[in-house]
Order: sequence, then structure tokens, then C-alpha cells
Amino acid sequence: MTAPILVVRNLHVRFPVKRGFFGRTVGHVRAVDGVDLTIRPGETLGLVGESGCGKTTLGRSIARIITPTSGEILYRDAAGADVDLATAPNYELRELQRQVRVVFQDPFSSLNPRMTLLQIVGEPLRNHGVATGSELEDRVAGMLQRVGLSPKYLHRYPHAFSGGERQRVNIARALILEPRLVIADEPVSALDVSVRAQILNLLRDLQDEFGLTYLFISHDLSVVESVCDRVAVMYLGRLVEVADTGDLYTRPRHPYTEALLSAVPRPDPRLRDSGRRIRLADDLPDPADPPPGCTFHTRCRYAVAGTCDVPGGAPVLAQTAHGHRAACLRTNELDLAGIEPDPV
Amino acid sequence: MTDLTSPAPLHEPGPPPEPPPAATEAAEERPKGTASQRSLVWWRFKQHRLAMAGLIVTGFIYLVAVFAGFLAPFSSSTFNADYTYAPPQRLHIVDRSGGDWDWGLFVHGYRSVVDDETLELTFEIDESQKIDVGLFVKGDEYEIFGLIPWDRHLIGPTNPDDPMYLLGGTRTGHDLLSRMIHGTTVSMSIGLVGVAMAFVLGVTLGGVSGYVGGKTDLAIQRLVEFFMSVPSIPLWLGLAAALPPDWGSMQRYFAITTILAVIAWTDLARVVRGRFLSLRNEEFVTSARLDGSSRRRVIFRHMMPSFSSHLIASVTLSIPGMILAETSLSFLGLGLQAPVVSWGVLLQDAQNIRAMATAPWLLLPGLCVIVAVLALNFVGDGLRDAADPYKR
Repeated sequence: MTAPILVVRNLHVRFPVKRGFFGRTVGHVRAVDGVDLTIRPGETLGLVGESGCGKTTLGRSIARIITPTSGEILYRDAAGADVDLATAPNYELRELQRQVRVVFQDPFSSLNPRMTLLQIVGEPLRNHGVATGSELEDRVAGMLQRVGLSPKYLHRYPHAFSGGERQRVNIARALILEPRLVIADEPVSALDVSVRAQILNLLRDLQDEFGLTYLFISHDLSVVESVCDRVAVMYLGRLVEVADTGDLYTRPRHPYTEALLSAVPRPDPRLRDSGRRIRLADDLPDPADPPPGCTFHTRCRYAVAGTCDVPGGAPVLAQTAHGHRAACLRTNELDLAGIEPDPV
Repeated sequence: MTDLTSPAPLHEPGPPPEPPPAATEAAEERPKGTASQRSLVWWRFKQHRLAMAGLIVTGFIYLVAVFAGFLAPFSSSTFNADYTYAPPQRLHIVDRSGGDWDWGLFVHGYRSVVDDETLELTFEIDESQKIDVGLFVKGDEYEIFGLIPWDRHLIGPTNPDDPMYLLGGTRTGHDLLSRMIHGTTVSMSIGLVGVAMAFVLGVTLGGVSGYVGGKTDLAIQRLVEFFMSVPSIPLWLGLAAALPPDWGSMQRYFAITTILAVIAWTDLARVVRGRFLSLRNEEFVTSARLDGSSRRRVIFRHMMPSFSSHLIASVTLSIPGMILAETSLSFLGLGLQAPVVSWGVLLQDAQNIRAMATAPWLLLPGLCVIVAVLALNFVGDGLRDAADPYKR
């Protein structure tokens, strides 16, 4: 197995909760609460979870948009040296941010409406002193072509484009610096279903072409199934299950994953009512005051009092099968339903 | 795929991009997708009829302000004590008194009449007297832009000593028209200079407040609230009364402007802060930082253009307030003092009811204020509506 490109160790991100006139800190929201994660070069790792579980915060800490509270984010650069992104000083970070790039979720707010495509996509090249003048224009034009936009759009402004086209611009901006790791933060969730597939295919093609590694953040399990090699499931700031995509979808080892999978729409009408639909209680517990024991026990249908809600007895992510890890106290007792592979 | 040491080159030159649209192409014919923000704003602004009218009037007023010395028949200090409260004369183009058509500009002279009952001295137009008026006549010396000395005036009596009061005379026998034109320079420039000062203060403090946030924001916002809570007229009065009386007119002018700016910056600071706060969390600002832009570049290149048009609009909207403030201060006698003339100083003459009854034309500077303020407000409104051409 090749050495991982990114190793996240015991990462914590806490946001202070402030109240009152003087902004007194009354508590902390544990957005990311002790995450361990490994990304191997060339793979696409999916990060899934419901809204508010901290998956975007995790992605943003890796890109150092947010400075993590504690923990390590070890990035192995092209020369093979490990750098800790969590503590890298600004001058080093600037260089690292060339190699780790982000594709944002919202194609409308992530492009500056006052700049042309040439300016937007060329900005990283310009700032890093890679290219200027006509060379910069040539490179931007070439990149636009790679993502499927005509170079004649160079001097247009973003408002002239559709959501899918804007997302292509976003991808072009992320890739123009020849990064190694791309954090795609829900890159397709703001797009029409018809455009989604095009963008996913584009991402896949570009991965093959440039040897990219993706951290693919999404809440859409069908999208994740189609693009990811491995999937990490996140709940309330923690990883609850990490496994290869096929393995996770057919044999989930965590009740939360099972519930998520049961909500995936089945395209085949004959299968529509075959699976059990598991409904979770609507309320995600307050991340500033997580429940004791297993944080999922408040919504888990397999939770057993005295086992799952013991303070201090939180489950850790443990190996259950080869390459399959889950954080559930009862994982070996349960027989959880996954999704049957689509009959061909 | 895992060969990371030699990533595929990303910049294989594709077909060369098409050249940018030729500069000779008319702006309107370019596709909308390539139009710059400025042209989009201008297109939107042009559709606003009232704003266009306001722009023309404002432009005209500023032209008058710049070329005041040339446009005014007399200098602001020229007066003739024999003609106090002289009524307005009509400017004639043709003289038919001789029976035939005698072309040429002229006005009639005055005849003084003593009222039998009140023994008050009033003036009447004497149609038998004819004072020739010419264009580009020699008159009082002045300096264009304060630099080039000249003595030609657009209009004036051929003999500079003849009385000509197209809009009437003041209590001291000054020509009201000339004084109003000279007052335009002062009144309109005080708006600009004051707003410029307020702009610097407001943008700096508001920008720091919004971009830095936290405790700094808290402190600056409390300061703004303090300034907003002080009633402005008493504060102006207090500050203006504190000015040393022996200051020259220029010093006084700048002191008054500063006083006005000290109060006017708060609105602008709020606007700028709000914009910074809302933009700070926009993803395109985050991505600009990730793209390696320096903090300076993020602020000036990525954030500022997004609200520069809003800034221009709110600056335009604050000029009328400045003009009104100066007018009210001067009207109350605490603003600018003679020999400097502004519309407010001129309106001082219209303070008592008897002067207004005998010489109602003394209210004309008030009309100037109204026209200028309305025009600027229309322009500001139009700019505000056009400021964001991307929103429909």
C-alpha cells in the first residue's frame, strides 16, 4: 500500500459559544471532535453525514480556512516530506495551499461577480508568480478547455453562466495550480440533477488525467457511491464508520450508516418498498453538549440502556473486518441491512 | 495514477484564445457577458430619467461653481451703496422705443422714489434710461481656477459703473446674481470637501470595524452610536462657536467643513462595516485567500469592487446633507462669515420679515439650495438603484 498523502490525527475544532454584552464564552461547539482519517494518494475518499455533523469544518481545517484547535494534519508533499498543516506558519501555508485546493459548494457565491473568468482562474497563477501576461492567458484558456468551457469566454463575467458552467470555472480555478489533493466540498449539491452527472464525470476524468486525490464531501449517498473508493461516515463531529464503498453500502457496521443507506432512493421501482425505511428522530443533539456514551444512542434504534449511554464509554473507531472500521459498541451483535447491489 | 512526482502538465497550450473584442466596437454592441461592471451600471443609470435630469443639473451647477468668476457679472465684493434692495431688472434683447427694431442687450436704469407716507426710499425701473449690456465685457479682475488672471465676464454692463441687478440687489447693494454664483462655489465645494473628509474617516473606521471585527468592532460601533446620538445642530453650534474669531476666512472654511465631516462620517462607517461583514464570509473572499492573495489584495481587489458603487451612491446621497448643514449653520450666523459668500450667508439677509416683504428676491439662494439638493438626491437615488447591476 502506498504511503498516505494525508493523515489526520485526533483533530479537534471547537468554536466558542459567546453570550451577552461582553461576549463571555459559555461553552464550545465541538464541530470536529477527535477525528482520525487517512487519505491515500489517487483515491477518492467520500465524507458523508447529515447537515451540521462537521464534515465541512473538517474539510475546511484541512485546507486551513479554519485553524484547528488541536490535533495533527500530516500532509506528505511531492518530495515525500511530512508537513503538519494544522500548525504550519503562514509563509509555509501559502506554498501548501498550492498543493491542496478546494472546490466550493455554491457556484454562485464562490465566484467574484466583478471579475472575468480570466481574472478568476488566473488569480492563483498571478499570486504565486507562476505566469503573467499572455502566458497566463494561454494557461487559463487551456484550463478552461480542459473543464469543457470555450476559451472565448475568457473575458466574460460569471453572471453570464449557468450553475454547472460556474462549477466548471471553480474546478478550473482549483486545478490551475496543479494541486495534488483537492477538497471538493459538496461540489454538486447545488446543481441540477442533469448537470450533476456531467460534473462528476468531469471530476473523474480530471482525476485520471492529473493523478489527483479527492476528499469528496457530500450528503448525497448516491453521488458518493458513484465516485468514491472509500467512504467515511461522520456523526456529530466524529467518524462512526470508514470502509470501502462497496463494503460499506452492502454491509454497514454502524446503525447510523444503516439509517442513512435506507434513505437512498432506489431507481428500480420493483425494489422501492423492499427495504425497510429507518426514520431517525429529527433532532441532531446539540454539539455543544453531546450526549454521554455513544453520541448516537439518543437516535439509535438498537441502543441499549446501560451499554450505550454510559458516560465515558464512548465507542472508538475499531477494526471490524479487513479495511472496515466502525465505532459502535454493539457492532458485532447486530445484523444491519445495506443496499443490495443493483441487479444487472 | 499514483505517480505524484511528475503530475501531468496542466498548461498544454490549447488553441489560442480569441483576441479580446476590438476597442473600436461600440460598447452597446458587446454581448452582456463581457460588459464591465461600470458599463452595466451606466446602462442601468441611463434608464432612470429623473436621475439623468439630476445628473445634468448637478453637472451644470458644478460648472457654474468652477467658472463662477467668469459667469458672474461682478466680483462678490463689488457693491454700490446707492442701490440697496434694487429690484430685478429685465434683460431686453430688442429696443423698440425708437419705433424701429434696435437689436442689442440692455437693461433699464433705476429711478428712486420716496414714499409719501412712510418716507421710505424705493427704486422703480426707469424706462427712459438705457444701460447697454454686453457679452464678454471687461469688468472686475478675477482668477480662473485661482491661477489665470482675467477680467472678462460672460455678461455685464458695457460701462462697469452702471447698475445692473438682473436678480435684484441686496441690503448692501451687492448684485444678488453675482453673489449667488460666487456662493455656488463655496456651497458646492463644502459638500465635496466635507464628504471627502467624511469618506476617509468613514471608510477607514468602518472598514477596520467590519474586517477586523471582535472588540475593535465593538469599540468603533459604540463611538458611532455616540456621535449619532448627539443632536447635530447644538453640536455644530457649539463647535462653530468655539472657533477663534480671529481666524481668516480660509481657516474658517476648513474648520467648518471639518466640523460637518466629524458628524457625517458615521453613516458611511456603518454602510462600509455592513458590507465588509457580509462579504467577509462570502466564499469568493475565502477562495481569494486560498488563491494566495495578500490581505491588501483581498480587501482592495476582491472586496472593495463589490461595494464601490454602493459607496459612490451613499457618498452622493450625503453631499446634500452637507450642503444643507452648511447652509443652516451660515444662516444662523455661526458658519461662514463675510467676506466669504455661500448660499447660507446670503440667506441671512432674508431673516427678517420686512426685508422679505420689500425684497422677496432675497429668497432666491434658498431656491438654489433646493435645486442643488434635489438634483444630487436624484443622482444618488439613481446610482443606488443602478449600483448592483447583477441583481434583478
